[in-house]
Parts: sequence; structure tokens; C-alpha cells
Amino acid sequence: MAAVIAGSGAAAAKLLQRPVHSLARCSRQQYLRLRAQHAPATVRSFTSGRRALDKKYTEDHEWIDISSPESASIGISTYAAKALGDVVYVELPTVDTEVNKGDAIGAVESVKSASDIMTPVGGTIIEVNSVLEEKPGTINKSPEGDGWLAKIKVTDTAELEGLMDAEAYRAFTEEVEDK
Amino acid sequence: MSSRRTATKLAHSLERTAKPQAPISRQKRCLTTTTRPHLQPAQHANRPTIEPHSTLQSLTLPPTRPFTHQPSRSQSTTPSNTAPPPPFPTPQNPGKTTLHPLHLSHHATLVPFASYLMPLSYPSLSHPASHAWTRTKASLFDVGHMVQYHISGPGAEGFIERVTPMGVRELGAGEGGLSVLLRDGGGGVVDDCLVTRLEGDLFYLVANAGCREKDYEFLCEEVEKWVEGGGQEVRVRHLQDGGEAYGLLALQGPLAGEILGEALARECRVDLKTWYFGRAKHITLELPTGESLPIVASRGGYTGEDGFELSVHPSQTLAVAEALLDGAGKERLQLSGLGARDSLRLEAGMCLYGHDLDEDTTPVEASLSWIIPKRRRTLQGSEGRFNGAETIIPQLTPRSKGGTGVSRRRVGLIVEGAPAREGAEVVDEAGGAVGKVTSGCPSPTLGKNIAMAYVKDGLHKIGTELQVVVRGKKRKAVVTKMPFVPSRYWKGGATPG
Repeated sequence: MAAVIAGSGAAAAKLLQRPVHSLARCSRQQYLRLRAQHAPATVRSFTSGRRALDKKYTEDHEWIDISSPESASIGISTYAAKALGDVVYVELPTVDTEVNKGDAIGAVESVKSASDIMTPVGGTIIEVNSVLEEKPGTINKSPEGDGWLAKIKVTDTAELEGLMDAEAYRAFTEEVEDK
Repeated sequence: MSSRRTATKLAHSLERTAKPQAPISRQKRCLTTTTRPHLQPAQHANRPTIEPHSTLQSLTLPPTRPFTHQPSRSQSTTPSNTAPPPPFPTPQNPGKTTLHPLHLSHHATLVPFASYLMPLSYPSLSHPASHAWTRTKASLFDVGHMVQYHISGPGAEGFIERVTPMGVRELGAGEGGLSVLLRDGGGGVVDDCLVTRLEGDLFYLVANAGCREKDYEFLCEEVEKWVEGGGQEVRVRHLQDGGEAYGLLALQGPLAGEILGEALARECRVDLKTWYFGRAKHITLELPTGESLPIVASRGGYTGEDGFELSVHPSQTLAVAEALLDGAGKERLQLSGLGARDSLRLEAGMCLYGHDLDEDTTPVEASLSWIIPKRRRTLQGSEGRFNGAETIIPQLTPRSKGGTGVSRRRVGLIVEGAPAREGAEVVDEAGGAVGKVTSGCPSPTLGKNIAMAYVKDGLHKIGTELQVVVRGKKRKAVVTKMPFVPSRYWKGGATPG
């Protein structure tokens, strides 16, 4: 996340006509406001723990950040990452692929096993997190943040309705544990 | 990329945390075969005789005698038999080794394996970290779920040469190696196992946990057939005391030698430098209580590293494990579980029964012909034949030279891109099916994807280029010599074995 902000730092500073001394200190809210003011229509929303309210979960332990259906991040939950153990390989989908809800869009693999990732909603893949190709362990460090797998342009937002919110997902995982 | 298929959903994969268990046959207790008493007195012409020792003390008595493997009293009135059976836990009532309290205190992730609750990993080290630790330092594995037998009696040597293709006659005291139990007729592998001559007519066999019932049934039946065929007395005894199986600890890694050396009692005169891979010895460990504990230890293991497997009386296994851990210190020795055990053995090119070996596979197909010594590769003469020899021996000669050859062979593969896993299809350049992956994982040591597969005979040569289908896509693969990671069995001297 920091890398992306830093990369756009110069552009943001120019737009503001005001020195932003260290973009690392620029709050996320500030940055998003800057981008929204001057950038094209789509605002990339970066997932972070503080935006838990925008996250929905599937029974397959995937999450999707629904704050912006134009570009919704998908990943695996902290619960799943912990259970999987050290991720050593990630297979990502191809950008521009059209997918239906439930399609396999990639895989997250530990030494022991491979887990397919199903897309929680139908849409078009618009971006993939290629950092994971070199650093698959990012998923373990930040499964619901930097470890996002892909971003999807949601076709039918109604499909998001059936997903669990953070609270419901937590209850769901507790049920799974008890079994 | 996104072709819909029956997939390993994340949720399902999280439940399936261990390899699927080998099929468990219906429990069948084998009664002591009180068939005709052994037919003739033992002929021990050139064989060292067994000193009659008393059998193991019961658990209620304080340990005044060593808990080492003592040959059972050679009683001329004892008929050939296979008793007692090993314990047969079930998935509903899983077994626990005597190290279970240790796993709990170290917060192991426990998983069911062959109806035992076994540690998959421990929180101190992730799977890849534990794997690397074993190759650079030393790890301690609880393998007490495996099944340990004694096979003894004047007929033991001949019996083992019947049920395995091993050259048992040539084994000196303390010598042993890998072999397979064979089904008569088809020559399929019932189980792979380690067979060691302890001394004289006393042999030690270690078999897989997943085959415990099947192996027991097999041994019972084979003993019956042996006796009916006029064979000399043979006794098969599961190693247990008071109903509890003997423990088995695997100490593996480059530091294993020094760690075990430090754990030996002062009076133990074993020279670790000349204790070579494949040899079993009676050694004495010093416990923290000051007691000396005699045990049987074999140099070898399932990781490709130098190491030892320690067979310990059930009442002492926990003490030995703790003594090793405390003596070595956590900078040198860490507990490790089934997860690392599996990736280590795959790098070492070793089979996992139920995956790379099964009853429909002969040793020749499994690329294990090397376990059949030259002397045993004949159906003629007075040589005792091994089960399935009529099928297996012709397979050793290719069709072009008048034998039957085999239609498929086990090979190692290195796969590009995604790791290939069990069940993945192997195809040739044209896309035609030529085989199947039986084990596969990303190799933590090599950073490449390794796999074992059975491929059509003819495509098994090193360097053959094939493809493996993973998630609907063909991935380049090349037949690679195993072990994938060079083995470091102790064969003496400074250079790796």
C-alpha cells in the first residue's frame, strides 16, 4: 500500500500546488480526497483493516471489498490464511478475464495443499496483485490488506447481498471450529 | 483461466489438512494359530544362536531389566503364531502415541492420520521453516503410530524371504534396509517396510500406520500358509507392553549424530563415526534421572538426512523425547510433524504407501527393483521363492529381451509454474494422457515444484519432456532423477553419503 502511495506522490503534490513533505504521513483519507478531486472517475480504494465495514465474506473464506464495485478487491480471510499456513505460491487470474460468481480465479498454495479461490461475484478482472508472484508470503502478513489477490469490476451488485458481513463471518468461523 | 471445474475449494482444503488416510479394512482379529507344532528342531548350523532371555517386564515392576528388544524365549512347544495384534484405533476412537502429552504441551496442530491423532506441525516453526530446520539442524518426529514387529524363530529368515524379495540370508547382525511386503500371485505391494536382523533369528520390522490391520491380516495368513507348507517355526510379535505399543522417535538432520552422541550413557561405547546408514544397534541413553536406558536405534529415516529411529518402551518414550529436546536445546533440536515429514521424504524421492505405492503396483513398476538382489531374481533351483515372483521376475527383463517388462514406471518430475499435486494428469507433447501424479509439492529446499508420477514405460528416461495438467492448464515438466535433493545418509567420513 505504501509503495503505491509513494509512486503517485509526485503527481499528487503537483495537483495540490502545495508541498506534501512526506506522503507517508499523508493520511489515507487525505490522499483519497486528492485523487478524487483530480483523478479520473474511478477511485482505487485500498483495502485496510479499518475499512472492515466494506468487506463481505463467503463461506469459502474469501473476502471482497465492496466499497467500490467498479474495482472491488478480493482476497482470502485471515482465518483462511492462518489455517493454510505459509503461502508459497499464488496463481493469479489474467486481467480482462470475465468470470461468473463461483468461478475459480486462482489458487493459493502452501507446501501441503492448493486451495482454489472462487470469485464471490461475477464480473471482469481488472487488476491482479503481481507482488504475490515474488512475495506470496504477503498473504500471511496481511491477508485482508496487502495480500489482496485481484480486483474485479462487479457486473451485478445484487450478488453481493448474499454474502456475510464481518460479524456474520466471525460467527461462521466459530461454528466451523466447533464442528 | 477461469474454466469451471470441480475444484478444491478453500473451505474443503482447510478441512483436508492431512493426506487422505489409506483405506482401513474391516477389523479382523487374527487368533493365535495353534496349528501343528513346529515340525523339526531348529537347524542352526552356521547361525549365531539366540541366548534365551526373559520376556519384557510388565509395566508394574520397576525397570530393573533393560527395556531393549529381547528375543522371546525360544520354546520348542510354541507354535508359529502372530500375536498379539497391534492396537486398532478407529476414526471415531483415534489412537494416541505415548508422546501425546508432549504434543499438547507444545501446542501441536493435531490431525487424524491412520486413525491416530498426530502432530501436523507446531507453532514454533511453520511448515517450510521446519522443513529447512531439518535439513540444517535437527528435528524430532513422533512416529509411534507406525507398527513395529519382531519376527523370530528358526523359520524367520525363510519366512521373511517368502513375504519380501529381500536378501535376508546376507544380513549380518544389525543390518537391514527397505523392502516391501508382497501379495502372492500378482506381486502387488502390500506395504513398504524396513526389515533389520537384530541378531540371530530375531528380526525387526517397521511398517506403515495406515496399513496396520491389512498388514496384520497379511502376516497371519502368511504364517498359516508357511506352516501348512512345512515351514519351520516363526513367531510374529507386535512390539508392545501392557497393551501399549512401543514408541518410535525419528531424530533427523545434520546435527542428529552429535545430539544422539551427547545423549548416550557414559558406559555406552558406540562409535557414531562407524555407525553407518542402515545399521541398528543396541545403545544406552542417559535419562535426566540418571538412569541408563537401553534401546534399539537404527541409523536412517524418511528425510534423506542423516538420522536415527529410536525404538523405545512405551513407558519411557516421553522421557527420551524430553531428554533429547532438553539436552540438545531449542537452538539445535525442534519438534516436527507430518507436514514437514511429507515434503522432506518427497525431496528425498521416497514413496508414501497409499499414494506412490499400492496393491496394484509391483516393485518393478515402482522403480524399486533395486531392493531385489541378484540372488533372488530366479525361479529356479532350491532358492525360496518370494510372493509374486512369477509376475515380478519376468518384469525385470524388458519385452524386447523376452521378459514381460512393465507398462508404467514411477518417475520424478520437476514441473514449471504451478505445483502439481496428487491426481494431476501427465500428458505428452501432443496432449495425450501418459500418466498420473501420485505425490507433489513445491520443494522448500529447491524452490521448484517436484512430483512423483507413474508414466508410460518408454517415457521414463531422465530428461524426457512431458506436461502436467494443473487447473486446466498444461505445465511443462521434465523427468528428473530422484532424490531431488541429494541424500546425506551417514556412510562414514567427512563427505556426504
